[in-house]
Amino acid sequence: MYDFAYHKPTSVADAVKLLAADPDARPISGGHTLLPALKHRLNKPSSVVDLSGIAELKGIRREGDRIVIGAMAKHKEIAESAEVQAAIPALAKMAGSIGDIQVRNRGTIGGSVANNDPAADYPAAVLALGATVVTSKRRIAADEFFQGMFTTALQPDELLVAIEFPVPQRAGYAKMRNPASRYVMAGAFVAKIADGVRVAINGAGPGVFRQKAMEAALSANWSPDAVANIKQPADGLNSDIHGSAEYRAHLVTVMAKRAVADAG
Amino acid sequence: MNVVAPFEGIGVSVKRKEDLRFLSGRGQYTDDIVRPGQTYAYILRSPHAHARINRIDTAAAQASPGVVAVYTGADLAAIGGLPCGWQIHNKDGSPMAEPKHPVLAEGKVRHVGDPVAVVIADSRERAKDAAETILVDYEVLPAAATMQAALAPGAPAIHDGIAGNLCYDWHIGDKAVNDAAFAAAAKVVTFETTNNRLVPNAMEPRAAIGDYDTTTGEHTLFTTSQNPHVIRLLMGAFVLQIPESKLRVVAPDVGGGFGSKIYHYAEEAIVTWAAARLGRPVKWTADRSESFMSDAHGRDHVTKASLALDANGKILALRVHTQANMGAYLSTFAPCVPTYLYATLLAGVYTTPTIYCEVKAVFTNTVPVDAYRGAGRPEATFLLERLMDVAAKETGIDRVELRRRNFIPADAFPYQTPVALQYDSGDYQSTLDEALATADWAGFEARRAEAARRGKLRGIGVSTYLEACGIAPSAVVGSLGARAGLYEVGTIRVHPTGSVTVLTGAHSHGQGHETTFAQLVSDRLGVPVAQVDVVHGDTAKIPFGMGTYGSRSLAVGGSAMFKAMDKIIAKGKKIAAHLMEASVDDVEFDRGTFRVAGTDKTKSLGEIALTAYVPHNYPIEEIEPGLDETAFYDPKNFTYPGGCHIAEVEIDPDTGRVAVVQFTAVDDVGRVINPMIVEGQVQGGVAQGIGQALLEHAVYDTNGQLLSGSMMDYTMPRADDLPNVGVATHTTLCTHNPLGVKGCGEVGAIGSPPAVINAVVDALRDYGVSHVEMPATPDRIWGIINAGRKMAAE
Ligand SMILES: Cc1cc2nc3c(=O)[nH]c(=O)nc-3n(C[C@H](O)[C@H](O)[C@H](O)COP(=O)(O)OP(=O)(O)OC[C@H]3O[C@@H](n4cnc5c(N)ncnc54)[C@H](O)[C@@H]3O)c2cc1C
Repeated sequence: MYDFAYHKPTSVADAVKLLAADPDARPISGGHTLLPALKHRLNKPSSVVDLSGIAELKGIRREGDRIVIGAMAKHKEIAESAEVQAAIPALAKMAGSIGDIQVRNRGTIGGSVANNDPAADYPAAVLALGATVVTSKRRIAADEFFQGMFTTALQPDELLVAIEFPVPQRAGYAKMRNPASRYVMAGAFVAKIADGVRVAINGAGPGVFRQKAMEAALSANWSPDAVANIKQPADGLNSDIHGSAEYRAHLVTVMAKRAVADAG
Repeated sequence: MNVVAPFEGIGVSVKRKEDLRFLSGRGQYTDDIVRPGQTYAYILRSPHAHARINRIDTAAAQASPGVVAVYTGADLAAIGGLPCGWQIHNKDGSPMAEPKHPVLAEGKVRHVGDPVAVVIADSRERAKDAAETILVDYEVLPAAATMQAALAPGAPAIHDGIAGNLCYDWHIGDKAVNDAAFAAAAKVVTFETTNNRLVPNAMEPRAAIGDYDTTTGEHTLFTTSQNPHVIRLLMGAFVLQIPESKLRVVAPDVGGGFGSKIYHYAEEAIVTWAAARLGRPVKWTADRSESFMSDAHGRDHVTKASLALDANGKILALRVHTQANMGAYLSTFAPCVPTYLYATLLAGVYTTPTIYCEVKAVFTNTVPVDAYRGAGRPEATFLLERLMDVAAKETGIDRVELRRRNFIPADAFPYQTPVALQYDSGDYQSTLDEALATADWAGFEARRAEAARRGKLRGIGVSTYLEACGIAPSAVVGSLGARAGLYEVGTIRVHPTGSVTVLTGAHSHGQGHETTFAQLVSDRLGVPVAQVDVVHGDTAKIPFGMGTYGSRSLAVGGSAMFKAMDKIIAKGKKIAAHLMEASVDDVEFDRGTFRVAGTDKTKSLGEIALTAYVPHNYPIEEIEPGLDETAFYDPKNFTYPGGCHIAEVEIDPDTGRVAVVQFTAVDDVGRVINPMIVEGQVQGGVAQGIGQALLEHAVYDTNGQLLSGSMMDYTMPRADDLPNVGVATHTTLCTHNPLGVKGCGEVGAIGSPPAVINAVVDALRDYGVSHVEMPATPDRIWGIINAGRKMAAE
């Protein structure tokens, strides 16, 4: 790890000020992604802005037909939240399936969504549910937020503050884990919301993406069979020692089927 | 009040004495040790698989904050290379190619992770900071990352003067006899397989501390080793030229080895050498990424085999051609693994009359490969037990029946195989019968049908295996090329009040020796386990030793202790005879009590010990005071554990994921001292075997970069990958050691991989599959299923 300065502001405004003043500063939430990168010397921030002292970023609440989750909510809190369990059980279940107990006790939804690891879980839920990402500057629709591998609409001095999830009529999630890392090798989140049906695929490609053919099929007929014969093209999907692009393409269909079954 | 102490001897599951220390975080591992004035070494490693080093500029690093010294290969050129402990001879009698293995790279790097320079600073982070400023001018050369690439015409030469990157071309068996048997066969079955390359991944990464006493000239090396005396021998005699009397090697608590901590590594020599040069202790601890690219890897064979059978399924002959990857340099025992620990095992449990095996050992631009849990025997077992299933399929003979027809019968021991070994005991029909019954083999079809209703493909697989461990008779291994003896040393020190300290040359790094060995003493001398302390891992305390590997600790180390106890008892009898005014011949000894035969005159071991140390009334003309005996025990033969493993798997045809749902192991490990520890050893071994079969794979790309270089990409078995493993033992005694023990450390890893793959192939019976390579990952299985479906559709 390289040397860095450490700040622990108590408000979003102060945190943003620290980030704006120093282009090499980095926010840190759970640290379960950033710290390993620092330890491997893959990252050399001049300062680290710890978000754990900011009350505005915490908490999970229901606001009308939305569930609002603060950026600093930990995976474990989301998994165990009565509000989330009642309104979006697939999201609670997803949170409870991330990593292991240590990861769930430290890792946050804000850190995960801001990081946008193609193999992460939450981005699929955010995209499929058509959630809104609330930042220190603006409100960003999920469709605009995720911009490919480890890339989002966030600017360097912009903090992710909360995520607003519309409560869906139905939602389900299924994933195949990478055997080694246990991150997602291919996953599908399916949701029926007021605007229609949305299907988001994670793990399989360089970033989370919507599967429009499946959305159309499920709009016409919400059942596992509706997606069973929709083939995901392998072009552009990830290929590595754990799975070829063809295998991942196949898994997309299998996981979509299972996600619909999971949604009921 | 007369309290009867509980019996804690042979056959009792005494709780492990060492666990209080380990479970409460009070183990003392090498990295826990802090020496006054300690400095920290960081090793700069090659990012290239193969490159010439034109120049190394360390000026900036030398001037970095906190830096004490920076060394490169040029500074170490005067010291020796890392020695190889085993010499194999080619078919034509010439010795194997044995290139220098420099401690720090000299002019060239040959694998990613090859040490290039060392920075020593007042903290690890500062050493690392400085290392980043070292400029190495590499001229990148084409790499040969696989054996196929290394053996191809025009392949890059990894070592100057070694033609075709060939380390040796060795064989065993009579080719003419073998050819004749094949010519007469009713049926010939062929099979090809790659035994996957593995990274041992002990929980504790390697570490080493060099310390030097400037007043006495004594060097001390603390190191994560399975065999400190061997390290002292190799490093002292061959690398640094330090006499044994001035070199102490300590291997304190060690967190797992699995073979990877047998070998003498560059870092041990670097810290020992640098500490003397600097007059300050130097510590090095690997991080996990470094372990992946610097610990010796395991397995990595490519094999073609043929089996000749008569019309009744009786095996007539076996022929095997194997290529074995050595990596870039010869690790300490690498050459013996694919030869004397592999080809000599190819008879397995069968009466194969003739075996011919050729082995080509190949240098590649990868991390050196050496023994890893099982070492050679898992490769032989996988080959044989897959071959038996392939033969069963091709002959139409039931796979269990085919095995039975070829078993060495229980009354045929001692049994001489055509590949040098002579088995002393075994009962393969019985271990098979017991495993079939426990696993409910007969009821499998119902379970398959039930799984099919759930959409799952269920399969069952069996492996009947044998291995050779308890290495080994010194004269025999010497004649086969070992550059060391393989006896073991044990000291039994009975203290004046009757408590006992055991000094053993074996080393415990998870095996529970502190308990098992104490039980041996308790069983024989009648001393409670709590009063028997086992000391190991320090050349300053232990007379000598060859260490722990090849499941040898109990069979060889335990036998040494037994022999030392013989001496204690013999001497005790003389003292007792003197005290009880009887003839020595009339004194009997049983569990701590000396008795004049046929009388009620007795003396306890404690009384005898006290007399031995306070010899007021003592046969001083006849014997010396004290009760402290050492024995060097050289085994008469290998030991031959064997048994039967049965795996049952379920495959999800949609994802290709294989789940092992049931596993039965019935092993003959000889006499069982502590059943709980044996069960733990078998379970751990099976976990690693399932890991090899389904999960683990060290993969290099064509440029020699390790793609599975971290836990993100190297799949270690986890608790939820494993079934409950049913472990049972069925004992036949070893006939040539005094304890009747065989060894249990590796059987789990040896017997299980073919059982799992046989089950996987069985599950895929409807997809036209005759073999599935390891690891049977979801991707690989789905590929097979998908191809099968396509074929069916066409
Ligand atoms: C062993 C292990 C297993 C894991 N398994 C999984 C898994 O199965 N599925 C999965 O999805 N994830 C997994 N993770 C990742 C885990 O969920 C992390 O918590 C997550 O990726 C990042 O969250 P964090 O709070 O730790 O973020 P940090 O590491 O603190 O930060 C991550 C990145 O986001 C930035 N950031 C953090 N907070 C904000 C904010 N509020 N606004 C703007 N930028 C911000 C940081 O600067 C950094 O770049 C695993 C992690 C580990 C260590």
